[in-house]
Amino acid sequence: MSQPSVDDLVAARREYSAGFITDVEADTLPPGLNEDVIRFISARKDEPDWLTEWRLQAYRQWQEMSEPDWPHLHYPKISFQDISYYSAPKSQADGPRSLDEVDPELLRTYEKLGIPLHEQAALAGVVPDPEQPSSNVAVDVVFDSVSIATTFKQKLADAGVIFCPISEAVKSHPELVKKYLGSVVPQRDNFYAALNSAVFSDGSFVYIPKGVRCPMELSTYFRINERNTGQFERTLIIADAGSHVSYLEGCTAPMRDENQLHAAVVELVALEDAEIKYSTVQNWYPGDENGRGGIYNFVTKRGLCAGARAKISWTQVETGSAITWKYPSVVLRGDDSVGEFYSVALTNNRQQADTGTKMIHMGKNTRSTIVAKGISAGRSDSSYRGLVRVSPTAAHARNFTQCDSLLIGDLCGAHTFPYIENKNNTAIIEHEASTSKVSDDQLFACQQRGIDTEKAVSMIVNGFCKEVFRELPMEFAVEAGKLLEVSLEGAVG
Amino acid sequence: MSLLEVKDLHANVGEEDGQEILKGLNLQIQAGEVHAIMGPNGSGKSTLANVLSGRPGYTVTRGSLSLESEDLSHLEPHERAQAGLFLAFQYPVEIPGVSNMEFLKASTDSLAKAHNAEQPDAASFIRQVRTLAETLDLDPQFLKRGVNEGFSGGEKKRNEILQLLLLDPKMAILDETDSGLDIDALKVVAEGVNRYRSANNGVLLITHYQRLLDYIVPDVVHVLADGQIIQSGDKNLALELEAKGYTWLT
Ligand SMILES: Nc1ncnc2c1ncn2[C@@H]1O[C@H](COP(=O)(O)OP(=O)(O)O)[C@@H](O)[C@H]1O
Ligand SMILES: [Mg+2]
Repeated sequence: MSQPSVDDLVAARREYSAGFITDVEADTLPPGLNEDVIRFISARKDEPDWLTEWRLQAYRQWQEMSEPDWPHLHYPKISFQDISYYSAPKSQADGPRSLDEVDPELLRTYEKLGIPLHEQAALAGVVPDPEQPSSNVAVDVVFDSVSIATTFKQKLADAGVIFCPISEAVKSHPELVKKYLGSVVPQRDNFYAALNSAVFSDGSFVYIPKGVRCPMELSTYFRINERNTGQFERTLIIADAGSHVSYLEGCTAPMRDENQLHAAVVELVALEDAEIKYSTVQNWYPGDENGRGGIYNFVTKRGLCAGARAKISWTQVETGSAITWKYPSVVLRGDDSVGEFYSVALTNNRQQADTGTKMIHMGKNTRSTIVAKGISAGRSDSSYRGLVRVSPTAAHARNFTQCDSLLIGDLCGAHTFPYIENKNNTAIIEHEASTSKVSDDQLFACQQRGIDTEKAVSMIVNGFCKEVFRELPMEFAVEAGKLLEVSLEGAVG
Repeated sequence: MSLLEVKDLHANVGEEDGQEILKGLNLQIQAGEVHAIMGPNGSGKSTLANVLSGRPGYTVTRGSLSLESEDLSHLEPHERAQAGLFLAFQYPVEIPGVSNMEFLKASTDSLAKAHNAEQPDAASFIRQVRTLAETLDLDPQFLKRGVNEGFSGGEKKRNEILQLLLLDPKMAILDETDSGLDIDALKVVAEGVNRYRSANNGVLLITHYQRLLDYIVPDVVHVLADGQIIQSGDKNLALELEAKGYTWLT
């Protein structure tokens, strides 16, 4: 039985190995967006009135907004009326049930992706080694718009941890959802966040009670399957005072000639002394080498260190998507709270990425660390965009930013856009940046020792990313390395 | 069968129409032999080493090169390395972020894979490398640093010899491994090369100075000038060159 890792995604194959299409009957809305569509989505999910209203309010705000034009990205205008805003596999129309009832076709899809859905099997020891940390990962899976299954539910429940589809949390824990939904990323935060708020389909909900250390890694896999559908998942993680959780997100999509939109919102709330570690391995379909197809990834991720000494850490390995627009951020409101951002963004062929972070210091003695590694190959273009803002209240705030670019070949681009807004003169802000190139001499030196260029490039790139990979949960660090290797195939020679 | 055989080798820098650097070079090295190539700066010594190892940026326009009768000219650089050709660089390059140990393991594994041999397990491999490092007076700490990153000139050269001893190739080309070394470091390097020497392999020592040949005694000495070998002899030729300079030959 495969582990819940990106193993199979990165099986040493030349093509995007997650690019298969699953043949299941789907229940898909025709393209188009209006208030009726939103009411349909909400009704489909049997949502309470307050949520329907919340969606409609977001929709009305979205209509007033326009797409951001400041990113260093070039793509044709997206026609939002040509997208379908809801798709669910038909057999799941009544919402997720027990695993035994899940469409076997879907189960096979996830098996191909290396995600062990079969809780039974996993618990019965088909994942044999209990020492293996990876057998200790709870997985939620979101297929197109619907959450299919959440494993290890019982074990988590025993610890008091809530880990379920957000659509379920709306019913089972409405007070939590109502309190925190939109509390970190308000509906009108930006164009894509507003759109997500209006049409979000599903996603994961996590609540870790006071003082609890979550007994296992939590993980969600997102997959877009249907043609012309957007995926708008919404994730909400709340770590109550003194609790701790590590969460990993993975994603794939089939190879399709047309572009598909993904506009997610992730909100994290860490109360006093709580810690959230959020890791992403983003492997959406990047398009082919000529830039045909691929996912448009417009994502808003933000964490709030609401209490003193809270800590939020984002680690991301971004290798997929045709377009990436993403700035996982931390609002450091609690005194002595800590924000971290560790990022590897790799672009190859015609991919474009404009990614970075925002660290908003509000509390005293707040600290943030940013380590961003950009790798550009082929004709791709990669930008780092980072904001460090220190408010007048944030006495003795500290930030350290390190931003490194590695270029492979002569046709790619790398850009850095650091913004610093410091309103407190006791703050210390440090910024280091470097740009290097994988040189022909380095490649030849490797080759002369018997190492072929592909292996050499991946070794050099892995070395470049070491500081970030160190931050990933163990079992995913290795996979991230392999993922880079696959993504870089054909980058040289 | 010669170990290394170079026949009438003509090579340009760059493409077909580039400047010709090697102008009909002939060389035969038998297993068990050490050959030295001496010559003034710019005579084409490094070019020869580069062309033999397949470095991009050169074009062979005529002649042949083979290792144990296998034609090298159509092989990629890593395939030539896998065939047993080793080049100790005149200017070893830095590879930041890739630790020396990691690099050595990747190299050993690649060569093992090419020969369908088993890859050594990590623990015994690390022990082997540490022991080698000690014999070359290299601090074991340096194995954790990036390849040649922040190494002194002498450390870089000793690192090349460490690779030579670890990988144990059939044919070793050493491009001015002696230059820039003080006498103690020179002795360590020479000792390493002498340890490598065996009846089954060959060495091509490229050097500018006779001094190295006091410690690594060659079987044959060649003089390279303007892209051709203009004279060959025994080790005494090197002494003569030292005394008289190159001009008396050209
Ligand atoms: N990559 C190159 N590009 C341009 N000229 C080169 C290149 N490599 C070598 N040459 C030229 O070829 C000649 C021989 O150089 P080289 O082989 O380095 O000599 P040596 O090692 O004997 O000092 C010199 O004139 C040098 O400038
Ligand atoms: Mg030279």
